[in-house]
Amino acid sequence: MAKTVLPFGPQHPVLPEPLHLTLTIEDEIVKEAIPKLGYVHRGLEKLAEIRDHNQMIYIVERVCGICSCLHALCYCQGIESLMGLEVPSRAKYLRTIWSEMHRIHSHLLWLGLFADAFGFESLFMQFWRIRERVMDLQEETAGNRVILSVNQVGGVRRDISAESAQWILDTLKTVEKETLQLKSTILDDYTVKLRTVGKGVLTKEKAYELGAAGPTLRASGIAQDMRQTGYAAYSELDFAPVVETDGDCYARTTVRFNEIFQAIDLIRQAFSKLPEGELAVKPKGLPTGEVVSRVEQPRGECLYYIRGAGKKFLERVRIRTPTFANIPPLLDMLPGCDLADVPVLILTIDPCISCTER
Amino acid sequence: MFMTKTILKNLLTKYATRLYPFQKRETFAHSRGELKIDMEKCILCGVCQMRCPSQCIKVDKQAKTWEVDPFSCVYCGVCVEACPVKCLYQEKLYRAAVAEKDMVMHVQQPKETAEPAAT
Repeated sequence: MAKTVLPFGPQHPVLPEPLHLTLTIEDEIVKEAIPKLGYVHRGLEKLAEIRDHNQMIYIVERVCGICSCLHALCYCQGIESLMGLEVPSRAKYLRTIWSEMHRIHSHLLWLGLFADAFGFESLFMQFWRIRERVMDLQEETAGNRVILSVNQVGGVRRDISAESAQWILDTLKTVEKETLQLKSTILDDYTVKLRTVGKGVLTKEKAYELGAAGPTLRASGIAQDMRQTGYAAYSELDFAPVVETDGDCYARTTVRFNEIFQAIDLIRQAFSKLPEGELAVKPKGLPTGEVVSRVEQPRGECLYYIRGAGKKFLERVRIRTPTFANIPPLLDMLPGCDLADVPVLILTIDPCISCTER
Repeated sequence: MFMTKTILKNLLTKYATRLYPFQKRETFAHSRGELKIDMEKCILCGVCQMRCPSQCIKVDKQAKTWEVDPFSCVYCGVCVEACPVKCLYQEKLYRAAVAEKDMVMHVQQPKETAEPAAT
Protein backbone atom coordinates (compact mmCIF):
# COMPACT_ATOMS: atom_id res chain seq x y z
CA MET A 1 0.00 0.00 0.00
CA ALA A 2 1.13 3.52 -0.72
CA LYS A 3 2.42 5.75 2.03
CA THR A 4 -0.04 8.09 3.71
CA VAL A 5 0.92 11.26 5.49
CA LEU A 6 -1.24 11.93 8.52
CA PRO A 7 -1.12 15.10 10.59
CA PHE A 8 -1.40 14.26 14.29
CA GLY A 9 -2.29 17.24 16.44
CA PRO A 10 -1.84 20.08 17.37
CA GLN A 11 -5.45 19.64 18.48
CA HIS A 12 -6.02 16.04 19.47
CA PRO A 13 -8.33 14.58 22.15
CA VAL A 14 -5.43 12.90 23.93
CA LEU A 15 -3.16 15.93 24.05
CA PRO A 16 -3.78 18.54 26.71
CA GLU A 17 -1.34 20.81 24.89
CA PRO A 18 -0.55 21.46 21.24
CA LEU A 19 2.09 19.14 19.79
CA HIS A 20 2.10 18.43 16.09
CA LEU A 21 3.50 15.25 14.58
CA THR A 22 3.55 14.56 10.88
CA LEU A 23 3.20 10.79 10.70
CA THR A 24 4.06 8.82 7.60
CA ILE A 25 2.09 5.59 7.79
CA GLU A 26 1.96 2.44 5.75
CA ASP A 27 -0.81 -0.07 6.46
CA GLU A 28 -1.53 1.71 9.73
CA ILE A 29 2.06 1.19 10.81
CA VAL A 30 4.01 4.37 11.54
CA LYS A 31 7.13 4.66 9.41
CA GLU A 32 8.30 8.13 10.28
CA ALA A 33 7.38 10.93 12.64
CA ILE A 34 8.40 14.58 12.30
CA PRO A 35 7.56 16.93 15.17
CA LYS A 36 6.58 20.55 14.92
CA LEU A 37 6.77 22.72 17.98
CA GLY A 38 6.14 26.36 18.72
CA TYR A 39 2.38 26.67 19.19
CA VAL A 40 2.57 27.97 22.75
CA HIS A 41 5.80 29.94 22.69
CA ARG A 42 5.43 32.89 25.07
CA GLY A 43 8.93 34.33 25.18
CA LEU A 44 9.33 34.05 28.95
CA GLU A 45 13.14 33.94 28.76
CA LYS A 46 13.16 37.32 27.05
CA LEU A 47 11.27 38.82 30.00
CA ALA A 48 14.50 38.57 32.03
CA GLU A 49 15.57 41.77 30.28
CA ILE A 50 12.69 43.85 31.63
CA ARG A 51 11.92 42.16 34.96
CA ASP A 52 14.47 42.17 37.76
CA HIS A 53 15.92 38.95 39.12
CA ASN A 54 13.47 38.78 42.03
CA GLN A 55 10.42 39.23 39.82
CA MET A 56 11.77 36.52 37.50
CA ILE A 57 11.08 33.88 40.19
CA TYR A 58 7.36 34.36 39.66
CA ILE A 59 7.77 34.40 35.90
CA VAL A 60 9.77 31.16 35.65
CA GLU A 61 7.18 29.51 37.89
CA ARG A 62 4.70 30.15 35.15
CA VAL A 63 6.73 28.20 32.59
CA CYS A 64 4.88 25.10 33.73
CA GLY A 65 1.78 24.75 35.85
CA ILE A 66 2.56 21.26 37.06
CA CYS A 67 6.15 21.65 38.24
CA SER A 68 6.01 25.36 39.13
CA CYS A 69 7.74 24.99 42.50
CA LEU A 70 10.66 23.15 40.93
CA HIS A 71 11.20 25.79 38.25
CA ALA A 72 11.40 28.45 40.95
CA LEU A 73 13.66 26.21 43.05
CA CYS A 74 16.04 25.64 40.14
CA TYR A 75 16.16 29.35 39.35
CA CYS A 76 16.65 30.37 42.99
CA GLN A 77 19.45 27.83 43.40
CA GLY A 78 21.20 29.38 40.43
CA ILE A 79 20.86 32.94 41.72
CA GLU A 80 21.93 31.84 45.21
CA SER A 81 25.10 30.27 43.90
CA LEU A 82 25.85 33.44 41.90
CA MET A 83 25.42 35.55 45.03
CA GLY A 84 27.23 33.04 47.24
CA LEU A 85 24.29 32.60 49.62
CA GLU A 86 24.01 29.69 52.02
CA VAL A 87 20.36 28.68 52.40
CA PRO A 88 19.25 27.81 55.96
CA SER A 89 18.75 24.08 56.42
CA ARG A 90 15.08 24.41 57.42
CA ALA A 91 14.42 26.16 54.12
CA LYS A 92 16.19 23.34 52.29
CA TYR A 93 13.96 20.74 53.93
CA LEU A 94 10.80 22.74 53.25
CA ARG A 95 11.83 23.07 49.60
CA THR A 96 12.25 19.30 49.47
CA ILE A 97 8.80 18.74 50.97
CA TRP A 98 7.11 21.01 48.47
CA SER A 99 9.07 19.48 45.58
CA GLU A 100 7.95 16.00 46.55
CA MET A 101 4.33 17.13 46.91
CA HIS A 102 4.62 18.37 43.35
CA ARG A 103 5.97 15.02 42.24
CA ILE A 104 3.04 13.17 43.82
CA HIS A 105 0.41 15.39 42.25
CA SER A 106 2.15 15.41 38.87
CA HIS A 107 2.42 11.62 38.73
CA LEU A 108 -1.19 11.18 39.85
CA LEU A 109 -2.23 13.64 37.15
CA TRP A 110 -0.25 11.71 34.58
CA LEU A 111 -1.62 8.32 35.65
CA GLY A 112 -5.11 9.76 35.28
CA LEU A 113 -4.40 11.20 31.84
CA PHE A 114 -2.76 7.96 30.79
CA ALA A 115 -5.82 5.95 31.87
CA ASP A 116 -7.94 8.38 29.90
CA ALA A 117 -5.69 7.93 26.83
CA PHE A 118 -6.55 4.25 26.53
CA GLY A 119 -10.18 4.89 27.34
CA PHE A 120 -10.31 3.91 31.02
CA GLU A 121 -12.20 6.97 32.18
CA SER A 122 -13.32 5.75 35.58
CA LEU A 123 -9.71 5.07 36.55
CA PHE A 124 -8.88 8.61 35.44
CA MET A 125 -11.51 9.91 37.89
CA GLN A 126 -10.12 7.75 40.70
CA PHE A 127 -6.59 9.08 40.29
CA TRP A 128 -7.70 12.68 40.07
CA ARG A 129 -9.79 12.32 43.19
CA ILE A 130 -6.68 11.26 45.09
CA ARG A 131 -4.73 14.11 43.53
CA GLU A 132 -7.20 16.60 44.94
CA ARG A 133 -6.01 15.75 48.45
CA VAL A 134 -2.46 16.70 47.51
CA MET A 135 -3.68 19.93 45.93
CA ASP A 136 -5.36 20.78 49.24
CA LEU A 137 -2.08 20.17 51.06
CA GLN A 138 -0.39 22.61 48.72
CA GLU A 139 -3.06 25.24 49.16
CA GLU A 140 -2.97 25.02 52.93
CA THR A 141 0.81 25.15 53.24
CA ALA A 142 1.78 27.43 50.37
CA GLY A 143 -1.30 29.57 49.81
CA ASN A 144 -1.94 28.61 46.20
CA ARG A 145 -3.00 25.31 44.71
CA VAL A 146 -0.93 25.14 41.58
CA ILE A 147 1.66 27.89 41.44
CA LEU A 148 3.02 27.80 44.95
CA SER A 149 5.22 30.94 45.00
CA VAL A 150 7.06 29.72 48.10
CA ASN A 151 10.65 30.05 46.94
CA GLN A 152 12.62 33.24 47.20
CA VAL A 153 16.29 34.00 46.71
CA GLY A 154 17.89 32.92 49.98
CA GLY A 155 15.21 30.57 51.27
CA VAL A 156 11.47 30.10 51.43
CA ARG A 157 8.60 32.49 52.12
CA ARG A 158 6.38 30.25 54.21
CA ASP A 159 6.79 27.89 57.12
CA ILE A 160 4.96 24.64 57.82
CA SER A 161 3.68 24.52 61.37
CA ALA A 162 3.68 21.38 63.52
CA GLU A 163 -0.11 20.96 63.18
CA SER A 164 0.08 21.33 59.42
CA ALA A 165 2.89 18.77 59.36
CA GLN A 166 0.75 16.27 61.23
CA TRP A 167 -2.16 16.92 58.90
CA ILE A 168 0.09 16.46 55.87
CA LEU A 169 1.39 13.13 57.20
CA ASP A 170 -2.16 11.93 57.93
CA THR A 171 -3.36 12.94 54.48
CA LEU A 172 -0.37 11.25 52.85
CA LYS A 173 -1.31 8.06 54.66
CA THR A 174 -4.73 8.21 53.01
CA VAL A 175 -3.16 9.06 49.64
CA GLU A 176 -0.85 6.08 49.96
CA LYS A 177 -3.70 3.74 50.90
CA GLU A 178 -5.97 4.91 48.10
CA THR A 179 -3.21 4.78 45.48
CA LEU A 180 -2.29 1.24 46.54
CA GLN A 181 -5.90 0.19 46.01
CA LEU A 182 -5.60 1.20 42.36
CA LYS A 183 -2.27 -0.57 41.88
CA SER A 184 -3.75 -3.81 40.57
CA THR A 185 -6.04 -1.91 38.21
CA ILE A 186 -3.32 0.08 36.50
CA LEU A 187 -0.54 -2.51 36.62
CA ASP A 188 -2.22 -5.94 36.47
CA ASP A 189 -5.33 -5.37 34.37
CA TYR A 190 -5.50 -7.50 31.21
CA THR A 191 -6.69 -4.73 28.87
CA VAL A 192 -4.29 -2.18 30.28
CA LYS A 193 -1.41 -4.61 29.79
CA LEU A 194 -2.47 -5.20 26.19
CA ARG A 195 -2.10 -1.50 25.53
CA THR A 196 1.22 -1.06 27.34
CA VAL A 197 3.39 -4.18 27.54
CA GLY A 198 5.97 -4.30 24.76
CA LYS A 199 4.78 -1.06 23.14
CA GLY A 200 7.21 1.70 22.33
CA VAL A 201 10.35 0.00 23.53
CA LEU A 202 13.27 2.34 24.17
CA THR A 203 16.47 0.38 24.66
CA LYS A 204 19.02 1.32 27.29
CA GLU A 205 21.61 2.29 24.67
CA LYS A 206 19.14 4.42 22.70
CA ALA A 207 17.85 6.13 25.84
CA TYR A 208 21.39 7.12 26.77
CA GLU A 209 22.35 8.12 23.24
CA LEU A 210 19.26 10.27 22.67
CA GLY A 211 19.52 11.93 26.06
CA ALA A 212 16.23 10.85 27.57
CA ALA A 213 15.40 12.29 30.98
CA GLY A 214 13.46 11.35 34.07
CA PRO A 215 11.10 8.37 34.21
CA THR A 216 11.57 7.77 30.47
CA LEU A 217 15.28 7.20 31.09
CA ARG A 218 14.85 5.24 34.31
CA ALA A 219 12.30 2.91 32.70
CA SER A 220 15.03 1.92 30.23
CA GLY A 221 17.30 0.74 33.02
CA ILE A 222 19.54 3.75 33.67
CA ALA A 223 19.57 4.74 37.33
CA GLN A 224 20.03 8.44 36.88
CA ASP A 225 18.17 10.92 39.01
CA MET A 226 19.19 14.55 39.50
CA ARG A 227 18.17 14.31 43.16
CA GLN A 228 21.27 12.17 43.63
CA THR A 229 23.34 15.32 43.10
CA GLY A 230 22.08 16.32 46.55
CA TYR A 231 20.51 19.72 45.96
CA ALA A 232 18.09 21.06 48.63
CA ALA A 233 17.98 18.45 51.42
CA TYR A 234 18.25 15.35 49.23
CA SER A 235 21.84 14.69 50.26
CA GLU A 236 20.62 14.01 53.81
CA LEU A 237 17.70 11.79 52.81
CA ASP A 238 17.84 8.12 52.01
CA PHE A 239 16.52 7.09 48.60
CA ALA A 240 17.45 5.21 45.45
CA PRO A 241 16.18 5.94 41.93
CA VAL A 242 13.19 3.85 40.84
CA VAL A 243 14.40 1.78 37.88
CA GLU A 244 12.72 -0.61 35.45
CA THR A 245 14.56 -2.42 32.67
CA ASP A 246 12.00 -3.15 29.94
CA GLY A 247 11.83 0.35 28.45
CA ASP A 248 8.24 -0.08 27.23
CA CYS A 249 5.08 1.85 28.11
CA TYR A 250 4.39 -0.53 30.99
CA ALA A 251 7.82 0.10 32.52
CA ARG A 252 7.34 3.86 32.31
CA THR A 253 3.96 3.55 34.04
CA THR A 254 5.51 1.39 36.77
CA VAL A 255 8.32 3.86 37.36
CA ARG A 256 5.90 6.74 37.79
CA PHE A 257 3.57 4.71 39.96
CA ASN A 258 6.39 3.66 42.28
CA GLU A 259 7.81 7.16 42.41
CA ILE A 260 4.62 8.31 44.15
CA PHE A 261 5.47 6.04 47.09
CA GLN A 262 9.09 7.15 46.97
CA ALA A 263 7.96 10.77 47.20
CA ILE A 264 5.65 10.01 50.14
CA ASP A 265 8.55 8.28 51.87
CA LEU A 266 10.84 11.28 51.20
CA ILE A 267 8.30 13.69 52.70
CA ARG A 268 8.08 11.49 55.81
CA GLN A 269 11.86 11.41 56.11
CA ALA A 270 12.07 15.18 55.62
CA PHE A 271 9.50 15.83 58.35
CA SER A 272 11.29 13.49 60.76
CA LYS A 273 14.56 15.35 60.20
CA LEU A 274 13.12 18.88 59.81
CA PRO A 275 15.46 21.22 61.74
CA GLU A 276 14.43 24.41 63.50
CA GLY A 277 15.81 27.72 62.36
CA GLU A 278 15.64 30.57 59.92
CA LEU A 279 13.49 30.43 56.80
CA ALA A 280 15.60 32.70 54.63
CA VAL A 281 18.78 34.73 54.55
CA LYS A 282 18.80 38.27 53.25
CA PRO A 283 20.42 38.43 49.82
CA LYS A 284 23.29 40.88 49.42
CA GLY A 285 24.67 42.21 46.19
CA LEU A 286 23.61 41.41 42.65
CA PRO A 287 24.05 38.23 40.60
CA THR A 288 27.36 38.26 38.77
CA GLY A 289 28.77 35.52 36.56
CA GLU A 290 27.20 32.48 34.97
CA VAL A 291 25.84 29.29 36.41
CA VAL A 292 24.09 26.07 35.45
CA SER A 293 21.52 24.84 37.93
CA ARG A 294 19.77 21.45 37.75
CA VAL A 295 16.85 19.86 39.53
CA GLU A 296 14.84 16.68 39.02
CA GLN A 297 11.33 17.56 37.99
CA PRO A 298 8.52 14.98 37.89
CA ARG A 299 9.22 14.66 34.16
CA GLY A 300 13.00 14.58 34.41
CA GLU A 301 16.03 16.76 34.59
CA CYS A 302 15.49 20.51 34.26
CA LEU A 303 18.41 22.76 33.53
CA TYR A 304 18.76 26.51 33.97
CA TYR A 305 21.58 28.57 32.57
CA ILE A 306 21.73 31.99 34.19
CA ARG A 307 24.12 34.81 33.36
CA GLY A 308 24.20 38.03 35.32
CA ALA A 309 26.44 41.05 34.91
CA GLY A 310 26.12 42.62 38.35
CA LYS A 311 22.94 44.43 37.39
CA LYS A 312 19.38 44.17 38.61
CA PHE A 313 18.41 42.57 35.31
CA LEU A 314 19.90 39.29 34.19
CA GLU A 315 21.67 39.05 30.87
CA ARG A 316 20.37 35.63 29.93
CA VAL A 317 18.14 32.92 31.32
CA ARG A 318 18.03 29.69 29.35
CA ILE A 319 15.67 26.92 30.36
CA ARG A 320 16.06 23.33 29.13
CA THR A 321 13.02 21.38 30.23
CA PRO A 322 12.70 17.56 30.46
CA THR A 323 10.10 17.25 27.70
CA PHE A 324 12.49 18.90 25.26
CA ALA A 325 15.00 16.15 26.06
CA ASN A 326 12.34 13.47 25.73
CA ILE A 327 11.16 14.35 22.24
CA PRO A 328 14.05 12.62 20.38
CA PRO A 329 13.42 9.36 22.31
CA LEU A 330 9.73 9.68 21.40
CA LEU A 331 10.64 9.93 17.72
CA ASP A 332 12.73 6.81 18.13
CA MET A 333 9.83 4.90 19.71
CA LEU A 334 7.20 5.82 17.14
CA PRO A 335 8.42 4.09 13.92
CA GLY A 336 7.06 0.56 13.80
CA CYS A 337 4.12 1.08 16.11
CA ASP A 338 0.42 0.91 15.28
CA LEU A 339 -1.33 4.17 14.55
CA ALA A 340 -3.75 3.36 17.40
CA ASP A 341 -0.83 3.22 19.84
CA VAL A 342 0.52 6.67 18.96
CA PRO A 343 -1.54 8.56 21.59
CA VAL A 344 -0.47 6.13 24.32
CA LEU A 345 3.18 6.38 23.28
CA ILE A 346 3.13 10.16 23.25
CA LEU A 347 1.63 10.23 26.72
CA THR A 348 4.22 7.90 28.21
CA ILE A 349 6.92 10.56 27.91
CA ASP A 350 4.56 12.82 29.92
CA PRO A 351 4.77 15.70 27.44
CA CYS A 352 4.57 19.23 28.76
CA ILE A 353 4.58 21.42 25.69
CA SER A 354 4.26 24.72 27.57
CA CYS A 355 7.50 23.82 29.35
CA THR A 356 9.24 22.92 26.12
CA GLU A 357 8.35 26.09 24.28
CA ARG A 358 8.39 28.47 27.24
CA MET B 1 -12.27 -7.15 37.58
CA PHE B 2 -9.71 -5.32 39.67
CA MET B 3 -11.96 -2.27 39.77
CA THR B 4 -14.96 -4.11 41.26
CA LYS B 5 -14.00 -3.40 44.87
CA THR B 6 -13.42 0.29 44.13
CA ILE B 7 -16.71 0.57 42.24
CA LEU B 8 -18.70 -1.02 45.08
CA LYS B 9 -16.98 1.25 47.57
CA ASN B 10 -17.80 4.29 45.46
CA LEU B 11 -21.47 3.30 45.35
CA LEU B 12 -21.61 3.14 49.12
CA THR B 13 -19.70 6.34 49.93
CA LYS B 14 -20.82 9.94 49.50
CA TYR B 15 -20.02 12.16 46.52
CA ALA B 16 -16.46 13.28 45.93
CA THR B 17 -17.71 16.51 44.35
CA ARG B 18 -19.80 19.37 45.71
CA LEU B 19 -22.95 20.98 44.33
CA TYR B 20 -20.89 24.10 43.87
CA PRO B 21 -22.93 27.30 43.98
CA PHE B 22 -25.07 25.92 46.83
CA GLN B 23 -22.35 24.19 48.76
CA LYS B 24 -19.01 25.94 48.98
CA ARG B 25 -15.73 24.65 50.26
CA GLU B 26 -14.26 26.25 53.33
CA THR B 27 -11.18 28.26 52.51
CA PHE B 28 -7.85 27.51 54.11
CA ALA B 29 -6.49 29.92 56.69
CA HIS B 30 -3.43 30.91 54.65
CA SER B 31 -4.83 30.93 51.13
CA ARG B 32 -3.81 33.80 48.91
CA GLY B 33 -6.80 35.40 47.25
CA GLU B 34 -7.97 38.74 45.92
CA LEU B 35 -5.73 41.71 46.66
CA LYS B 36 -7.24 44.44 48.81
CA ILE B 37 -5.93 47.68 50.31
CA ASP B 38 -6.62 49.67 53.44
CA MET B 39 -6.28 53.05 51.76
CA GLU B 40 -6.18 55.06 55.01
CA LYS B 41 -2.94 53.41 56.06
CA CYS B 42 -1.28 53.65 52.64
CA ILE B 43 1.66 56.06 52.39
CA LEU B 44 1.80 55.86 48.57
CA CYS B 45 5.45 54.81 48.63
CA GLY B 46 5.14 52.69 45.48
CA VAL B 47 7.10 49.67 46.71
CA CYS B 48 4.25 47.36 45.69
CA GLN B 49 4.34 48.79 42.18
CA MET B 50 8.09 48.21 41.98
CA ARG B 51 8.03 44.64 43.26
CA CYS B 52 4.97 43.33 41.41
CA PRO B 53 6.09 40.70 38.84
CA SER B 54 3.05 41.21 36.64
CA GLN B 55 3.13 45.01 36.98
CA CYS B 56 -0.54 45.25 37.77
CA ILE B 57 -0.29 47.98 40.42
CA LYS B 58 -0.08 51.69 39.67
CA VAL B 59 0.56 54.24 42.41
CA ASP B 60 0.24 57.94 41.73
CA LYS B 61 1.65 60.16 44.46
CA GLN B 62 0.29 63.42 43.07
CA ALA B 63 -3.26 62.25 42.50
CA LYS B 64 -3.07 60.07 45.66
CA THR B 65 -4.42 57.05 43.88
CA TRP B 66 -3.65 53.36 44.13
CA GLU B 67 -4.83 51.33 41.19
CA VAL B 68 -4.80 47.57 40.57
CA ASP B 69 -5.69 45.54 37.54
CA PRO B 70 -7.32 42.50 39.20
CA PHE B 71 -7.10 40.56 35.94
CA SER B 72 -3.31 40.82 35.79
CA CYS B 73 -2.77 40.06 39.46
CA VAL B 74 -1.22 36.60 39.88
CA TYR B 75 -1.86 36.29 43.65
CA CYS B 76 1.81 35.81 44.46
CA GLY B 77 1.59 38.03 47.54
CA VAL B 78 4.92 39.79 46.96
CA CYS B 79 3.38 43.25 47.43
CA VAL B 80 1.70 42.19 50.68
CA GLU B 81 5.05 41.09 52.10
CA ALA B 82 6.92 44.12 50.77
CA CYS B 83 4.48 46.78 52.02
CA PRO B 84 6.24 48.82 54.74
CA VAL B 85 3.01 49.83 56.52
CA LYS B 86 1.15 46.55 55.91
CA CYS B 87 -1.86 48.21 54.35
CA LEU B 88 -2.19 45.54 51.67
CA TYR B 89 -3.89 42.24 52.40
CA GLN B 90 -5.29 39.29 50.52
CA GLU B 91 -8.76 37.82 50.84
CA LYS B 92 -9.03 34.07 51.34
CA LEU B 93 -10.86 33.59 48.07
CA TYR B 94 -9.88 34.45 44.54
CA ARG B 95 -11.71 37.08 42.52
CA ALA B 96 -15.16 36.07 41.30
CA ALA B 97 -15.91 35.96 37.58
CA VAL B 98 -17.28 39.15 36.04
CA ALA B 99 -18.88 40.09 32.75
CA GLU B 100 -16.65 43.10 32.05
CA LYS B 101 -13.01 43.74 32.83
CA ASP B 102 -12.34 46.77 34.95
CA MET B 103 -9.51 48.39 36.91
CA VAL B 104 -9.98 48.91 40.65
CA MET B 105 -8.96 52.40 41.79
CA HIS B 106 -8.70 53.69 45.34
CA VAL B 107 -8.30 57.40 46.02
CA GLN B 108 -6.87 58.59 49.31
CA GLN B 109 -9.06 61.23 50.91
CA PRO B 110 -7.27 64.16 52.58
CA LYS B 111 -9.29 64.00 55.85
CA GLU B 112 -9.98 61.11 58.22
CA THR B 113 -13.50 60.78 56.82
CA ALA B 114 -11.84 58.71 54.10
CA GLU B 115 -13.71 55.72 52.75
CA PRO B 116 -12.01 53.74 49.99
CA ALA B 117 -14.07 54.39 46.92
CA ALA B 118 -14.09 51.64 44.35
CA THR B 119 -14.93 52.42 40.78
